[in-house]
Amino acid sequence: MGVAVGEKTWVGRAIERLEDEPLLRGEGRFMDDLDPVPNARHAAILRSPLAHARIVRLDASRALGHPGVVGVLTGADVVAMSRPFPVGVEDTRPYYAAAHETARYAGEPVAVAVARDRYAAEDALELIDVEYEPLEPVLDAEHGEVVSDRSFSYGDPGGAVAAADLVVSGRFPFPRWSGVPLECYGVVADWNGATGVLTAWANFQGPFTLHSVAAAALRLPGARFRLITPPDSGGSFGIKAAVYVYVVLMGLASRKLGVPVRWTEDRLEHLAASSASTARITDVEAAFAADGELLALRYDVFEDVGAYARAPEPATLYRMHGSLSGAYRVRNVAARNRVVLTNRCPTALNRGFGGPQLYFAIERAMDLAAGRLGLDPADLRRRNLIGADEFPYRTPSGGLYDSGDYEACLDEALELSRYRERRAEQASARADGRLYGVGVACVVEPSISNMGYITLAQTPDERAAGLPKSGNAEGATVAISPLGGITVRVATTPQGQGHRTVCAQIVADALGVSPADVEVVTEVDTSTSAWTVASGNYSSRFSGVGAGAVYLAAQKVAAKMQAIRDHLGDDSLSLRRVAGIAHWNPDALPPGVEPGLHETAFYAAPNLAPPDDDDRVASSAAHGFICDVAVVEVEQDTGRVRVLDYTTVHDAGRLLNPALVDGQVRGGFAHGAGAALFERIVYDDEGNLLTSSFMDYLCPTAPDLPPLRIGHRETPSPFTPLGAKGLGEGNTMSVPVAIANAVADALGVEEIDLPLTPGRVWELLQR
Amino acid sequence: MKPAAFEYERPSSVDEAVAALGRDGAKVLAGGQSLVPALNMRVIRPERLVDINRVFDLDNVAETDGALAVGALVRQADPRLRRHPLLAQALPHVGHYVTRNRGTACGSLAHADAAAELPLCLLLCGGSVVAASARGRREIAASELFVGPYTTTLEPDELVVESRWPLDGWTFAFEELAQRHGDYALCIAAAARRGDERRIAVGAVTPAPALLDVDSERPGESAAEQVEPWGNLHASSAYQRQLVHVLVDRAVARLA
Repeated sequence: MGVAVGEKTWVGRAIERLEDEPLLRGEGRFMDDLDPVPNARHAAILRSPLAHARIVRLDASRALGHPGVVGVLTGADVVAMSRPFPVGVEDTRPYYAAAHETARYAGEPVAVAVARDRYAAEDALELIDVEYEPLEPVLDAEHGEVVSDRSFSYGDPGGAVAAADLVVSGRFPFPRWSGVPLECYGVVADWNGATGVLTAWANFQGPFTLHSVAAAALRLPGARFRLITPPDSGGSFGIKAAVYVYVVLMGLASRKLGVPVRWTEDRLEHLAASSASTARITDVEAAFAADGELLALRYDVFEDVGAYARAPEPATLYRMHGSLSGAYRVRNVAARNRVVLTNRCPTALNRGFGGPQLYFAIERAMDLAAGRLGLDPADLRRRNLIGADEFPYRTPSGGLYDSGDYEACLDEALELSRYRERRAEQASARADGRLYGVGVACVVEPSISNMGYITLAQTPDERAAGLPKSGNAEGATVAISPLGGITVRVATTPQGQGHRTVCAQIVADALGVSPADVEVVTEVDTSTSAWTVASGNYSSRFSGVGAGAVYLAAQKVAAKMQAIRDHLGDDSLSLRRVAGIAHWNPDALPPGVEPGLHETAFYAAPNLAPPDDDDRVASSAAHGFICDVAVVEVEQDTGRVRVLDYTTVHDAGRLLNPALVDGQVRGGFAHGAGAALFERIVYDDEGNLLTSSFMDYLCPTAPDLPPLRIGHRETPSPFTPLGAKGLGEGNTMSVPVAIANAVADALGVEEIDLPLTPGRVWELLQR
Repeated sequence: MKPAAFEYERPSSVDEAVAALGRDGAKVLAGGQSLVPALNMRVIRPERLVDINRVFDLDNVAETDGALAVGALVRQADPRLRRHPLLAQALPHVGHYVTRNRGTACGSLAHADAAAELPLCLLLCGGSVVAASARGRREIAASELFVGPYTTTLEPDELVVESRWPLDGWTFAFEELAQRHGDYALCIAAAARRGDERRIAVGAVTPAPALLDVDSERPGESAAEQVEPWGNLHASSAYQRQLVHVLVDRAVARLA
């Protein structure tokens, strides 16, 4: 498979986004713009003010008497009307859409008030009387309830450590943070009592495995849970995967009260109780030979997933499992993974999804080793990078790196950043007493997740007892109307990346038209779209399998049209003419060819088997590579970090639209720079959220971001139809540790925690 | 994030406005950049809002009696404010472009956030506000106005109709450290100089902006010795004291 990409194709060109005109005209259609059911009533959610409490009494009778209030759904109703959400680990505390007898994080829903408008609904919340009995919250991850404890060993890590010349060890905590999408969660739920169908509109982003999770909680067969997404999304970055919990909650409210219900999450709710990345504590041992060869990596991980192991957790931990060895040739790797519950908001996807946490540990350890070995950090990395001639490369933990030339990327990054000159500038800056540092990070960016990796949370025996899971399928439909109009329908739930544009480019190439002639419908409707469990917008899967499915569906349509032309012996028949024949004159069709022009294709990248008996898994289908160089100066007297220069060089395979690629790189960079310099979610000792508004949760704005220099290389993936790899998340993985390395270099310290806000850096300088 | 119910009044003159404010539980709505979020979070629940945005007389900026007189409706983005040398330096630090388009200078003074720029500026330049009520008008010097966080000597029925920013030959240096552009400051320090006279003011590290007497030999250090910052999520007390030291020295150095 494959397509020739050259000057004559639309794919590969930086054409303008088809999305932009409606968005710039204010004609985007976001969740809160939709009014799909008449007379939907407005919901507001009463949330636990305490991190851990017994709910002794909940009395909504005063609220029911308030003007405009339709009714109240309580935690007791939720327990009576639904089942706990299925989870991927030992199920020690049933997780429902609202708390019943025990609240386990500050912000957990305990009741839903439904009223004629949001004002009255919020009034009603004040009239619901709840008596809480405070319980001791657990906030220390190392003392949280362990719901999964698995150990993995590949090669001979113990032997390698024993034989090593140098073992560096350290603790590398990574704080909880979020993608904070501009648009918060939104749901409209309409339960039809006659048909027993719940129709819900929500700005859900997938993965559509969670459709099954929600349907199970609702006690509905999948076909009776119709989930529809809006055409536009105000960002998600993984965070909106968890909106499914609120789809269930509002679905139950609609069912109980007999009215359609709409709920638009506000920012305070979003920060308190939507979703976030995991907070991870990683203890690492990295063993080296005297010449710098990395011999072994051992991890001991506490993964804090918050109050419940909400699906798809503990996926944050296992998404990167095939990449435990990072970009390096090391063959001896061990990990102990403990998934722990604490009294914080449950976690889930957040751009980078496990990568930032993993690479913070690996790439800090590499820098510590370079310091101890007296080697330049870039040279130490070069010594260990997987060679260009070693692809496809099987990692010790089962990952299958498809293609790449890591050393060439490193070279280009060093050249673009003027790395050697920067080191010389550093020497002279230091001589002047200035705190000047340079940081490097090398990151393998997996994309297109193998749905089976999550089952690594189970033992091989436990896995053997269940349905094996694997793969990463996606579906798409290409149809041509009787007048020759081309419609593409995808289930990739774009969040602003520009999927419509790329789909139009692909189909334009396949059918010989212009992208402007192609309508791309991005609303997903689980009753009518071609979708599967892996559908959605996560793990940077669009350019591989999303675009791949569109490509294959377009090829099917093109083949059918060619068959019609061949049958009629007229190769000059226009697209419109062929479409007319296919619809209007089935009599003229070749024998065995169905009427119409409506083709659906499903595609799954190869090589993604379920985990094997030795716990090895190819956790992703494609692997890009990123090398970043950060140059910083720290102001001695205020601790302020100035990023003087930032270079990132990518190899994400074939670039389908270079303008969109740069947009993704800049977005990932902003997200990563946020983690490096500004953002973290903080709770106090009682489990109260301190970063509860944008006054304290510091999302960088455009002027707060340093300049960025981008370089690209293109080594096509052999495993995706168009040779493309994902690249939406790589900088979120690389930037936090590259900046941390640069700041540690500037300060001459080994221990450094994110984010590097001025106050925290100044405290470091006082040690 | 929807406010509790309130009465809404929209007077078209100062007299009507102060009459409305004379009733219990009234709050002034001017730019609304602090008030409206607080309403939406139900942190405050006034019985009535008195919206002064139609009191067009209050949109004036005039140079009178050696001061820039700024009416209650003048927005922080108003270029006329830049005629005052201290405001010209400080206003770019006040919130963001879009919030400055709505937020008013007088509203910021009446709100009296301890980490806000404008109260400190009014104090440093020796300015004042004119407060009106049904009882008449009075002028309150900045040194008498700011009491503590969100606390002033204004009476509940008083409307700040004007702030007065002396134009009397001082030069200024304004320094602030905030984590992101437009955030509330972790520390503000500003210095003023006229001939041999010197003034230093600090903000965000004291309950209300404060004028400090500093040792001219070691201004930053002596300023830092005089404050007891309470610290917050982003800055420890020790760090805030360090910032007082650094920013006071920077401001003084710029005026040297």
